[in-house]
Amino acid sequence: MQKYNPSDEVDFVVIGSGAAGGVMARQLSQAGFSVVVLEQGGWGAFGHEQDYSKDELSNRYPADVDKLISDPVVQRNTFRRNASEKATPGGHNYGCVVGGGTVTYGASSWRHLPWEFNEASVFGGMAGTGIADWPVSYEEMERYYTLAEWELGISGERVDTPFMAPMSKPYPLPPQPIKSSGALAKLAAGKLGLTVIPNVAAIITEPYKGRGACINCGMCSGYGCQTKSRSSSAVALLPDAVATGKCEIRANCYVREISTDRSGKVTGALYIDKTANNREVFQKAKVVVLSANGTETPRLLLLSKSARFANGLANSSGVVGKYLMSGNGGGASGLFEHPLNEFKGCVTGAAILDFVPNDVKGRGFYGGGRMTARGFTSPIAYGLGGVHGAPTWGVDYKKALIEQANRKMSLSNFISQMPIETNCVDLDPDVKDAWGLPAMRITSTSHPNDMKAVEFFRDKSVEILKAAGAKEVWADAISDSRGGAHSRGTCRMGNDPRTSVVNKFHRAHDVPNLFVIDGSSFVTGGRNHPTMTISALAFRAAEHLAAAAKTGNVKI
Amino acid sequence: MSEDSRRQFLIQSMTGVSAAWLATSWPEIAAAAESSWGAYNGSSTQFAFFTSAQGATVEAMAAQIIPTTDTPGAREAQVIGFIDTALMTFAAGQQAAVKAGLQDLDRRISAMGAASFASLGSAQQIAMLTSIQTTPFFRAIRDLTVMGMFAAPQHGGNFNKVGWKMIGFDDSLNFHTPFGAYDV
Repeated sequence: MQKYNPSDEVDFVVIGSGAAGGVMARQLSQAGFSVVVLEQGGWGAFGHEQDYSKDELSNRYPADVDKLISDPVVQRNTFRRNASEKATPGGHNYGCVVGGGTVTYGASSWRHLPWEFNEASVFGGMAGTGIADWPVSYEEMERYYTLAEWELGISGERVDTPFMAPMSKPYPLPPQPIKSSGALAKLAAGKLGLTVIPNVAAIITEPYKGRGACINCGMCSGYGCQTKSRSSSAVALLPDAVATGKCEIRANCYVREISTDRSGKVTGALYIDKTANNREVFQKAKVVVLSANGTETPRLLLLSKSARFANGLANSSGVVGKYLMSGNGGGASGLFEHPLNEFKGCVTGAAILDFVPNDVKGRGFYGGGRMTARGFTSPIAYGLGGVHGAPTWGVDYKKALIEQANRKMSLSNFISQMPIETNCVDLDPDVKDAWGLPAMRITSTSHPNDMKAVEFFRDKSVEILKAAGAKEVWADAISDSRGGAHSRGTCRMGNDPRTSVVNKFHRAHDVPNLFVIDGSSFVTGGRNHPTMTISALAFRAAEHLAAAAKTGNVKI
Repeated sequence: MSEDSRRQFLIQSMTGVSAAWLATSWPEIAAAAESSWGAYNGSSTQFAFFTSAQGATVEAMAAQIIPTTDTPGAREAQVIGFIDTALMTFAAGQQAAVKAGLQDLDRRISAMGAASFASLGSAQQIAMLTSIQTTPFFRAIRDLTVMGMFAAPQHGGNFNKVGWKMIGFDDSLNFHTPFGAYDV
């Protein structure tokens, strides 16, 4: 791998190596620029022929060098429902390894639908929310979705339905097999008139670009892929970046500040090298690309405050960290007569699409979501989580464990959260992380409308499971999000520097050589599978940035 | 097994501990792991964390948490060896709660005039465990029993994959369709 000295002024420092950072590193290095990628997590299996195992206990309690996901005790964070509460220790986490969240994610790779880029214009806004149009349209995005799907390797079925975005080109790979949970969903769909299709996934189902097809091993989401079939940044993007001879990846490097000079331009990134006794290193760069995820990105901007940027870097608007949108769920489970064996194959099964679009009059709430079929996948999690209608130990516990394991199907739903100004990421005034830096504080309460959506999807799940012939059905308890996966919206894009952090090409309104690209860029949430849109935004931003850099527009 | 490969194997089998901690604690871990392996094989009552009396108590508790019925339970899965190793490694943070819980349980057993928890009849054991089931001690043993039943056998429990067989889980590395009864 190419090595640079921290004192060498490289063209780009990219902070984060996940869905967006991987794209930026690959595209910018392939365009001939020098790139240093700083990743706070470890190497994982990057560069190894032998990839991850499916040992559930080791995955649950990994040694430090094997960690794939952040640890809320180390990457400490706090949580509160509203500003009048004192925040208490939170459990928010995110992918934290070379490749970021794409190393362990469920791999769902749905495009936003055209109207998900201009919901304010199409549906009107809603009082108490920050629903606004994106500064980019689906028509502009379409070719970057296609590019991302073909560069990464996405499997799926192009279906002509209003529930899916129109595509100029089919997916490069055929869809994953329909599991028993999907077959049951289809059975119900036949009775209820619903649309069920295989999940669109960043999992290759045939050999593609030198990687082997998925072998349906199971233990998928939450685990590293043992065959490199999940099209993560670590296997589908970063190796190409390294192969250019222009890109250096540095793992275990935790950026604590994006530094600026007197003119207000960024000069590089100051990081803690965890493998060198937490030594502080400053990497000089002409341009900084920030892709640290929807919660760490705003935190780093707030940590990078200075005399000139007293409110946090790139935050003259005051909206850095605000409009946080996390995932919401709500679903149900049912027991069937025969074994489903859901532990085989990818965790995320077939999708029910009919409730993606808005139907405010019909359903009584704004928004929608995607329903997914799934079942029991990991024995320890299953045993610890307990069984329905039984005690947590003893003869009846064991009996229920046996009866329910392979006969259970669940519908898990992915629902958009409204952008609300008071839902935010900021710096905890009291709590510090393991390096003494202010911990991330998450403040979040879903809009009442969103809780109606959760209830709707819970009830709809019960109806579908009954129609599928379940012997017994039970609904999940309703609970509001506490952060976690799919964090978006905290550095929203926009044309107006007073109400947004970055412009339509992800350049910070306040800082000409700072670009912010990841889930934080989202204006509205979409139907809660954000990764494909993050990838497409990054391909678009990289193309623009490379062109701008070549014409001197960012002073390279 | 050579000293180096044995060491490598043991390091790989230790979870939730940092490399630095492993390096400084190596001789103790090796000794502990050796002795707890003896326990799994039934050839020794030497544990790494438990005394032999404590080991007998916890094994009897585990056998009530996942009992032996017409299928094997925690006892046949040799969960006690898993729990003993766990308390020296990834579950070391629960040592104090487990020690305190075992002392408390001993007091209760003595007050009954019994010799040990394991010597109680099954109904008495269930009644005793029901009375402490909300304590951190019981919760720790319950969770470790479940983990020992369902973790990969190389971690000490789930002997002969009896835990996986019980719930119909197959740990094969790859699968072909049809997966289940409904996708044929």
